[in-house]
Amino acid sequence: MLNLTLKVWRQKTPQDQGSIETYDAKNIPEEASFLEMLDIVNERIIESGGEPIHFDHDCREGICGACSLTINGVPHSKEKGITSCQVHMRKFRDGDTIWIEPFRARAFPVIRDLIVDRSAMDRIIAAGGYIDVRTGSAVDANSLPIPKPDADAAFDAAACIGCGACIAACKNSSAMLFTAAKVSHLGHLPQGQPERDKRVLAMVRQMDAEGFGNCTNQYECEAACPKEISVDHIARMNRDYTVASLKEQLV
Amino acid sequence: MNASTCSLCTIWNSSIGKKLLVALTGLVLVLFLAGHLAGNLLIFVGEEAFNEYAEMLHTMLHGAGVWIARAVLLTCLVIHVVATISLTRLNRAASPKYVHEQTIQASKSSRIMIWSGLTILAFVIFHLLHFTVRVDSGLAEIAKTNPHKMVIVGFSNGLVVLFYAIAMTLLCSHLSHGVASIFQTLGLRSKKSAPLIEKLSKGYALVIWLGFLSIPLAIYFFKFGR
Repeated sequence: MLNLTLKVWRQKTPQDQGSIETYDAKNIPEEASFLEMLDIVNERIIESGGEPIHFDHDCREGICGACSLTINGVPHSKEKGITSCQVHMRKFRDGDTIWIEPFRARAFPVIRDLIVDRSAMDRIIAAGGYIDVRTGSAVDANSLPIPKPDADAAFDAAACIGCGACIAACKNSSAMLFTAAKVSHLGHLPQGQPERDKRVLAMVRQMDAEGFGNCTNQYECEAACPKEISVDHIARMNRDYTVASLKEQLV
Repeated sequence: MNASTCSLCTIWNSSIGKKLLVALTGLVLVLFLAGHLAGNLLIFVGEEAFNEYAEMLHTMLHGAGVWIARAVLLTCLVIHVVATISLTRLNRAASPKYVHEQTIQASKSSRIMIWSGLTILAFVIFHLLHFTVRVDSGLAEIAKTNPHKMVIVGFSNGLVVLFYAIAMTLLCSHLSHGVASIFQTLGLRSKKSAPLIEKLSKGYALVIWLGFLSIPLAIYFFKFGR
């Protein structure tokens, strides 16, 4: 059993100033997940008549991208390639102090406690993260040949679950890795070619309009990404954007 | 506003566009450093070689060469500084601080770019007043007949050498992150080339640091030429 001290960000409303509150988390089983630990703490808070700590969660199996905790200053904790829900208490030691904060970015306003509004990412997708084709019955899988490296690269980019950890980890709250993954995902495939220029321009412009910061090539995003998406996609987006922008402005 | 100005506005006003300008102007300044260092190191070859080189710089293209170079470098410097200050301000506005701050892998150099950059800017202004404009009339007199001696006399001052050493150390730090960043921003970095780019960036920074420092240190501490 672990006895921990939690330093948790509490904020009643989006307008509220917010502050860190301290909680004792006693007798936490080592086999509990991080979110289960919070559930236990919340039950005790409810029993004592308090307001539980609000946090986002859904699948709890590391694939949906809903959980969004910054644990000891690192989005999804310092463990590589996992989401907050996949962090287990056996990774902590008895007597540890754990800091729990929301995913911070000016473009991610806090809704309550550890829950932030990440719809800015949805608006980036809506700006161009799709292809305009007639849907219907799926075409034969081999009717359109795609080189294996391209298929792999597209798949690696498509692994993005849109959790926003890249933005929360970035010193500048830049959304470059998220946007680049979405641009790259379609840009590597033949179906994405007709709208390749239009897509990158629209998505980057929406990204800028949302008030995200600018990339300074420190790669904190890649290190925090639960799907370990490579910053190669950012280089590729820089290239795509430059070409598309020059074509649009000068050709 | 005509079409071409508008195009530039669009590029300037986008995050990637502004970074692209930072990378391109940075590249020009990085390449200039190599040329500047190569010329400076002629001081170790001898008085005659160094003075001939100084003469060549001022007579190149009937004296226009040096002014073309100055205009290009000044333009790049201004764009680089204005764009990075603007980007830094936007970045600060976009990123609220964590109560418990943590860094996963970002290098110290990458985190002090604006401060190393501004110190280098202050140094560049001092350096130009010192050796190019020559506000010191004694030094200006020497420079007219013997640029080699001007460097020796210039670096005989301990405070000048100290500021020079601090600026070169911060320049080394700035380059170690900056050179690699040029590749990423221009879209020329990939997983395969990343280790090579990292080594190139750090190696280049080290060569520039050692090269530029060798001159004042040799003059001040080892009495070279004095």
